[in-house]
Amino acid sequence: MYNKGTIIPGLVIFVLLVTFPIWFNAFSTASTVPKIELPPGGEKECVASATEMRAKHMVLLNEWRDDVLRSGNKTAVTVGGKEYRRGLQTACMQCHTNKDKFCDSCHTYTSVNVYCWDCHLTPDVAAAKKEKH
Amino acid sequence: MKYAFSFLAVIALILIAWLGSQIPGMPYLFGVALPYLAMIIFLGGCVYKVVQWAKSPVPFPIQTTCGQGKSLDFIKHNRLEAPSTNGEVVARMFLEVVTFRSLFRNTKSEIHEGPYITYESSKWLWCFALIFHYSFFSIVVRHLRLFLDPVPAWIGWWEFVDGLFEVGAPTWYISDVGLVVGCLLLFSRRLITRHVRYISLVNDYFPLVLIFAVAVTGILMRFFLRADIDIVNIKQLTVGLVTLSPVIGAKIGAIFYIHVFLVCVLIAYFPFSKLMHFAGVFLSPTRNLRNDSRAVRHINPWNPKILPHSYAGYEDEFREFMVNADIPVEKELTPSKDE
Repeated sequence: MYNKGTIIPGLVIFVLLVTFPIWFNAFSTASTVPKIELPPGGEKECVASATEMRAKHMVLLNEWRDDVLRSGNKTAVTVGGKEYRRGLQTACMQCHTNKDKFCDSCHTYTSVNVYCWDCHLTPDVAAAKKEKH
Repeated sequence: MKYAFSFLAVIALILIAWLGSQIPGMPYLFGVALPYLAMIIFLGGCVYKVVQWAKSPVPFPIQTTCGQGKSLDFIKHNRLEAPSTNGEVVARMFLEVVTFRSLFRNTKSEIHEGPYITYESSKWLWCFALIFHYSFFSIVVRHLRLFLDPVPAWIGWWEFVDGLFEVGAPTWYISDVGLVVGCLLLFSRRLITRHVRYISLVNDYFPLVLIFAVAVTGILMRFFLRADIDIVNIKQLTVGLVTLSPVIGAKIGAIFYIHVFLVCVLIAYFPFSKLMHFAGVFLSPTRNLRNDSRAVRHINPWNPKILPHSYAGYEDEFREFMVNADIPVEKELTPSKDE
């Protein structure tokens, strides 16, 4: 083999780069696989089934935002006799009150960086703000 | 029908993964065994290829130069196009790898009436290649979020920049569009440009179709076929793969196995295909040699070892015979003691 001095370090760098996730995980503390927290209030019904929400909640939230905020159509949705005002704070977070345990646990685990909280407030922060004013 | 065959092959692969993953127990084959196997073939194959290349001697300095080589002081040396030191070679190689300068120089020749032949710059290939390769690279980096736990912050920044337009939810990435468009552009180039079509083979079309199918299945999984695609569940499997303790927690949709199977085929096929240009570019003698053939003698490694043989040495070796044949010698034979 010619040019061993460059070929071998090159190959070593290549193998280390490709196997980078193995080294990274070996030297970092693994997080536990997140488990979603069910609503603390004990509600069982949502605007859609759990599987559908798991797959499409982001699409639903986007559609609500566009409809309510951009088209000005503020009609509420009624599912199973219960009326929901379409909105993250007005509907979702009424039951799923804990952002950390319900939203963030999975989003952080899979590095999904949502921009909901650029505008919205969690119930705790909203209550704290209300007290101030 | 070289491109039709590529499509058929990829469709067959999709069917294998789709139907195969529905058989009980088979998810472990498609989700665990094949990714490991493919990765071993990829690493082993790439190392083997590079070692084979490194074993091949380079008999001549065959660097391609596109500018004035180093000469007399008053002649301006083009350091990037005719590098004469290692540093200049590294600079040239870096720009080749990062900006594809040799594709930038692509020309198109045409015969007009007369007959006249014209050459004109044709940058399409360079442009398509940039779109394709950078999208591919960005997608590979973004996928690290599924393999690293906890996910480092810089991957989040990378995703932010890639999804800067914030279109839809989940966000569309620029690189997703770039990869699909890049595949389509490079594929149509092979079909439309006549002389490129003439020299294109199945092993040119197949990787493009395969990468296209990988991109499309990935996009389908992210946006459209969401049944049983729970990213937490998938990340549990992918992190399990790289911590060597894979588990499939809950049922995962078939589109995931199709995507993973196509990727496995792609990376296992890598070392045996033209895709090895990712390593080959570093080992091209036309790029990685110094243009110093007038200053330093390039020695062919397979030359037989011939030691210098001076006339004095020659005479020492054959003096007796020379004297016997009456050939004049510079140094006479020393008379032996018995005479």
